[in-house]
Amino acid sequence: MSVLRPLDKLPGLNTATILLVGTEDALLQQLADAMLKEDCASELKVHLAKSLPLPSNVTRPRIDLIMFVVNLHSKYSLRNVEESLHHVDATFFLGRVGFLATGAGRESHCSVHRNTVVKLAHTYRSPLLFCDLEVEGFRATMAQRLISAELTSVPVFLYIVCGTPPQHG
Amino acid sequence: MDETVAEFFKRTILKIPMTEMMTILKAWGFLSENQLQTVNFRQRKESLVQDLVLLCEKKRASLNDAAILDIVYTQFHRHQKVWDVFRMSREPGEDIDLFDMEQFKRSFKKILQRALKNVTISFRDAEENAVWIRIAWGSQYRKPNQYRPVYVVYYSQTPYAFTSSSQLRSNIPLLGQTFETHNSTTPLQERSLGLDINMDSRIIHENRIEKERVQRVTQETFGYYPQPRLEFAQYKLETKFKSDLNGGILAEREEPLRCLIKFSSPHLLEALKALAPAGIADAPLSPLLTCIPNKGMNYFKIRDK
Repeated sequence: MSVLRPLDKLPGLNTATILLVGTEDALLQQLADAMLKEDCASELKVHLAKSLPLPSNVTRPRIDLIMFVVNLHSKYSLRNVEESLHHVDATFFLGRVGFLATGAGRESHCSVHRNTVVKLAHTYRSPLLFCDLEVEGFRATMAQRLISAELTSVPVFLYIVCGTPPQHG
Repeated sequence: MDETVAEFFKRTILKIPMTEMMTILKAWGFLSENQLQTVNFRQRKESLVQDLVLLCEKKRASLNDAAILDIVYTQFHRHQKVWDVFRMSREPGEDIDLFDMEQFKRSFKKILQRALKNVTISFRDAEENAVWIRIAWGSQYRKPNQYRPVYVVYYSQTPYAFTSSSQLRSNIPLLGQTFETHNSTTPLQERSLGLDINMDSRIIHENRIEKERVQRVTQETFGYYPQPRLEFAQYKLETKFKSDLNGGILAEREEPLRCLIKFSSPHLLEALKALAPAGIADAPLSPLLTCIPNKGMNYFKIRDK
């Protein structure tokens, strides 16, 4: 199936799977490395994809969080994310999606305006984070945030990641 | 640290003029910025040298580190030496070997060490695919004399090697042989491009097949070996406006639009090679970019047919 649905699989016990979507593989790889270096109570797996839909002939665990990475230096990376968003089921946007914009630090290189990604995130009701992934210190901090899930204001997220059902109804 | 090594450090650092001290130490790169800051560079030279040698001892510097410092010094003072040039000739009919720098260094070292009992060999890469080789000779019964080394500068993409003149003229033919022996046994080695795919099993690449395709296409287009060094390419466009939509002011314009695009980079062709694997561009790249080495051109004028 070509659309990602959040609840079509059972959560893994004590495991979390994060999907990073973006055109710039080198940056995604570095962010994934930084995340795996962090101490995580649950076992963490990171999937990297250039775009959605994902190849359908593969079994993969339930995806708990999708981060769409946009490089503000590249209109191509923005367009890629915009097109990938069409392949995500609407229910994913209830706390399981986030946007990450990189490259804001070098204004002169930006061909995508900050407001464009702000509007995009607003349209999809999902949080937007700015982080220059090319800078190691910032990348490490971002990795920490993603792991500790300060990312979303929806507390449901925390429980779902670790495979424990939420306490409240 | 061995006494002879410490002495070698001392004498090498003493050679360096005070005005160049910081520059050369930084180029050497063995002592970090922080460590260099702990040293007082305004004191008398003898005391400065003592402090620096102590720092090297603390950092467990080896003979090879000292040899590299010696190379750096010589690179800054290359004009003070007299150089001989050797040109390697190829037998007619031999294939042009493809060059792998690391392979060259390994086999060069092996061959010399097999031929001579006591010899110190050190390498330092330099610009333009060049490598500086420092060789300190000893003899059957004596350790290498570090104060009379020979330098060889080999430009790998050319048949030329420069050697600093040496009292020990008898060793030059041996060096020549070393080059010959290396060149005849260079196997073609595959090099992997870009990132390793299997770095961590907890990272899964969803588009592995596409990644591999991109790597393959990039390797087919650019080859395994370093690209020729180019700093810019320029494209002058004089084309009429083309659009899928009918009408519009630009579509009606008779005169072609003029546009100049200039790409510049410290190493343009390597940068282009890295675009697709990094995910910044699709593979294969536009032939306008990839034709540069084949055509031997980097100025292009593009007009409507």
